[in-house]
Amino acid sequence: MRKIAIYGKGGIGKSTTTQNTVAGLVELGKKVMIVGCDPKADSTRLLLHGLAQKTVLDTLRDEGEDIELEDVLKPGFGETRCVESGGPEPGVGCAGRGIITSINLLEQLGAYDDDKELDYVFYDVLGDVVCGGFAMPIRDGKAQEVYIVCSGEMMAMYAANNICKSIAKFGKAGEVRLGGLICNSRKVDNEANMIQEFAKKLGTQMIHFVPRDNMVQHAEINRKTVIDHAPDHVQADEYRELARKIDENKMFVLPTPLAIDDLEKLLIDFGVLN
Amino acid sequence: MGMKNKKDLAKFRETVIEKYPNKVAKKRAKAIINNDPENIPEIQANIRTIPGIITQRGCTYAGCKGVVLGPTRDIVNITHGPIGCGFYSWLTRRNQTSTTSDADENFIPYCFSTDMQDSNIVFGGEDKLKQAVREAVELFNPKAVAIFSTCPVGLIGDDVHKVAEQMREEFDNKINVFGFSCEGYRGVSQSAGHHIANNELYRNLIGNDDTMVGSAKYRINMLGEYNIGGDAFEIERIFEKCGIQLVSTFSGNSTISSFEQAHTADLSLVMCHRSINYVAEMLETSFGIPWIKVNLIGADSTAKALRKIAAYFEDDELKAKVEEVIAEEMKDVNAAREAVLPKTTGKSAMLFVGGSRAHHYQDLFEELEIKTIAAGYEFGHRDDYEGRRVIPSIKIDADSRNIEEITVKRDEKRYKERMTKEKLEELQKQVDLEYNDYKGLMPQMEKGTLVIDDLSHYEMDKLIEMYQPDIFCAGVKEKYVVQKMGVPLKQLHNYDSGGPYAGFKGAINFYNDIAMMVSTSIWKEVKAPWEKEEMIEAVYAC
Repeated sequence: MRKIAIYGKGGIGKSTTTQNTVAGLVELGKKVMIVGCDPKADSTRLLLHGLAQKTVLDTLRDEGEDIELEDVLKPGFGETRCVESGGPEPGVGCAGRGIITSINLLEQLGAYDDDKELDYVFYDVLGDVVCGGFAMPIRDGKAQEVYIVCSGEMMAMYAANNICKSIAKFGKAGEVRLGGLICNSRKVDNEANMIQEFAKKLGTQMIHFVPRDNMVQHAEINRKTVIDHAPDHVQADEYRELARKIDENKMFVLPTPLAIDDLEKLLIDFGVLN
Repeated sequence: MGMKNKKDLAKFRETVIEKYPNKVAKKRAKAIINNDPENIPEIQANIRTIPGIITQRGCTYAGCKGVVLGPTRDIVNITHGPIGCGFYSWLTRRNQTSTTSDADENFIPYCFSTDMQDSNIVFGGEDKLKQAVREAVELFNPKAVAIFSTCPVGLIGDDVHKVAEQMREEFDNKINVFGFSCEGYRGVSQSAGHHIANNELYRNLIGNDDTMVGSAKYRINMLGEYNIGGDAFEIERIFEKCGIQLVSTFSGNSTISSFEQAHTADLSLVMCHRSINYVAEMLETSFGIPWIKVNLIGADSTAKALRKIAAYFEDDELKAKVEEVIAEEMKDVNAAREAVLPKTTGKSAMLFVGGSRAHHYQDLFEELEIKTIAAGYEFGHRDDYEGRRVIPSIKIDADSRNIEEITVKRDEKRYKERMTKEKLEELQKQVDLEYNDYKGLMPQMEKGTLVIDDLSHYEMDKLIEMYQPDIFCAGVKEKYVVQKMGVPLKQLHNYDSGGPYAGFKGAINFYNDIAMMVSTSIWKEVKAPWEKEEMIEAVYAC
């Protein structure tokens, strides 16, 4: 079983990319569990065709410690197993602690056990790694591989660089490694070249360049992944390609985060001046 | 102590800092001072303890809930947090209280906590807190409920003040509910908690009730007295004997209504300057009640304090009464003192405790002719060492800025100038009232003696090793370590099982307890098993 965490700046398209990639892996015949680690609980919407999921933390709160795996795990597109960690309403309590609690509970309930015969677990994590709780999936061996979704926009690259700092830190003591950057295009000038160079400087690869296509938006409105909604569309093939590359990926590294000056120079060299 | 030892004391600083890494040594050097009462040196105080150093200090929550509010009997004090903070601060300070009848409320023996669990951290603990307040009200119907924040409450952002407000409304304002943002991590020591407690006492209680209790002419407040081991009972006895009405005590043997009526007194006495000077100042600004510094630890100091009160009220009848009481009480005191002096004279003491106790108890030791060769506070500020004159020159750092400073205005309706400033200054010239003043610990200690702020465990070991005091005064964290080094330790936070030590009868208790402790060699006799068993040394045959 490969355990993968997807990180990236808020709003960059982590959830969309993750679910579409998972749909691609399902087509390859893989058995996948996806764990949403965002209090908004919208990481499984496209696979479940709507926000149909009761979160782990809500269940825990309503029903106490005595809960079954089936209470929090719903089957989605292509027999994917979908879990939402959930969390408090905005501005209350501690969402980070919530993620820790819910991952621990999933382990206790045997969600990762061998009898589930999972090929993949995906953690879709909220925005930046703002506190210890959001680093949970890359600590203690919960996830071994991280992919960072980014674009050629400056703030997305800042965020990716910061996430690399966390991976470098936890990777030293544990087994987590960076598998690559997924460029979710925002149609920034010279985007692919810049991210490729950025990846090289981080010691990793740009595993795939996902072009921008309105079909993603159409599928989202229909509460589906592109593969589910428009299997013959070119964008569906992009996600199939990403899924295949991840499945075949052998490049796992401890990233070397850039100093801020170097990062800004990269942006100027590739983004502004050309 | 002879000249030789005095010279030795000057070596202490270089000896201990030698072992520290450079940065630490530089910082600690500023907190280890050889005193000069004629030309008071600057000492570093109230700054963050260096991580890794074993400190005597406590946390902000301990200062707020444990020290200032703990001794009041009829407020339900709820600790909002995981159970440890509430449990380990439960009945640990030996604050005593004395109800007048069985109908009186006394919540001191209880431990109230919201016992936060994982899910309260994740989803916020406000609902559970409300539930706890409701439960407490249902079970005990108290006049007031106070809520104390622990560290996680601050981290997750539960708003205890908002909850308090909502609960007050829920009980139609018939029960006073108020909160303290006294999360443990907030300050550098418990001192921050005292300040926070002072602010909320003023905001929520002081001035709520204009009833004038008692018929005595002379009405005073006693601030910074916490009734450890029954100290307050002895102080109350003395005031009553002198015909002085004690309107309120902050907070030994106190009740909520005494706090609410504090503004009806005509003079505030400040004992522990560190923990309560904020309330003293606010009472003066808002209501016109002057405050003077006193010390009721030590028989002579108690007599001095009584004379100050009599001088302030400028009443011959009171002056005569006070002299009569002093004369009467001192008979027993002097007899007790004479009896123990042969055992105590010429001995040496070290005091590392509190934010005023390391100073106040030097009076008692002086009466026993025991010399204090080293002393310092856990959580004092520079003004507690060097005197209030240095306050304008104290640098306000980020840690202090983190603690709310409230400014109060004159209460136009109820402000009554008890005595004009001119008059007070005139009086001050005749009698050393210490009006609006605290001269600090340093002027009282001899030249060359050691003054050390936030003493570390390593430094304590070294002090004992180098100077072998006859008695060491600190708290429970130090007690057994010091005794194992062969030196008796008197706890001055909770008095071990002794007390009272305040006032006249308290002084007698202290004389006897200390005479006993400095006359025994028991701690030097007791050996650990590995120190007394015969050692057999051998080599393995190859």
